Amino acid sequence: MAKVFIYPATSLILSDLVARFGHKPLGAALGIRERIQTAGVDSPPLQITPEEPKRGLKYAAVEVPSGVRGRMAIYGPLIEEAEAAIIVTDADLAFGCMGCARTDELILFTLRQSGIPILELKYPSDEEEGIQFVAAVRKFLDGLPKEEGEA
Amino acid sequence: MAEYIPEYVGTVTKYVFVESPSMTPGELALRAYEASEGVLIKETCFGLQVTGEPEPVDRLIEVIRAFDPTHIFVKDRGFPPGDPRRCRANLGGARPGYLGHEREFRILRYITRGLEELDRREGDKAEPAPPALETKPKLDIKRLQELIETEES
Repeated sequence: MAKVFIYPATSLILSDLVARFGHKPLGAALGIRERIQTAGVDSPPLQITPEEPKRGLKYAAVEVPSGVRGRMAIYGPLIEEAEAAIIVTDADLAFGCMGCARTDELILFTLRQSGIPILELKYPSDEEEGIQFVAAVRKFLDGLPKEEGEA
Repeated sequence: MAEYIPEYVGTVTKYVFVESPSMTPGELALRAYEASEGVLIKETCFGLQVTGEPEPVDRLIEVIRAFDPTHIFVKDRGFPPGDPRRCRANLGGARPGYLGHEREFRILRYITRGLEELDRREGDKAEPAPPALETKPKLDIKRLQELIETEES
């Protein structure tokens, strides 16, 4: 089972397809869950504490806004853990404030620099594209190792 | 600063979306309860939220998927159900994240079609061609100049 980072990190479709074809999707929910279930200082709504921008320094320079570094503290470890990635390039649902937008750019840049296998796709807009989309995802995931230590 | 004591520690929560002509979220919930093994199930307008220890949740998800494999979709959720930081009962309006789900919900039927078609073609050597990524044409420098001049005048 390979760990596959999905972008948009909240995508229902990508998360489902990755799990359906036997791999582990790495999305925003895992990072958020870890924080929500860890005791500490109350920092609603996402339990992002002042510690996160410090952790984000591993992924972004000190002059990068703390909003981006805080977000990267969630996504950075997931990207490090990922063995492959699936990116939907026209995901209009991944919009957000400037912090989100810049973090998204940094996520895509980091993924492309990491050297892991990446599949880039567009969301389907009709049935034929739907078939192509699912076929492309399945083919990509079939090429990833299923068992621990498999090449 | 107030102390934060988390609830549902060690559990996982998953969303189950059903986009089926033959099954409603209510029916899905009833059938899921039968196989729930103590997993917390909450019915929603789009399907279910299931919360519990990872192994029972995974087993339940496997059973739920089998009800209608090409029309049921599952994803992880960070928050437990009814969390006051996310639940719209406390906040009003759509739950944060709902609009993203709504956007993807509209194209689930294409994914369903893809899954059905690939199952049908199982063993068929001819794989559908992967979708071609279109590259947007870059803005022509003369056009940019025209735009700037139009704005200035």
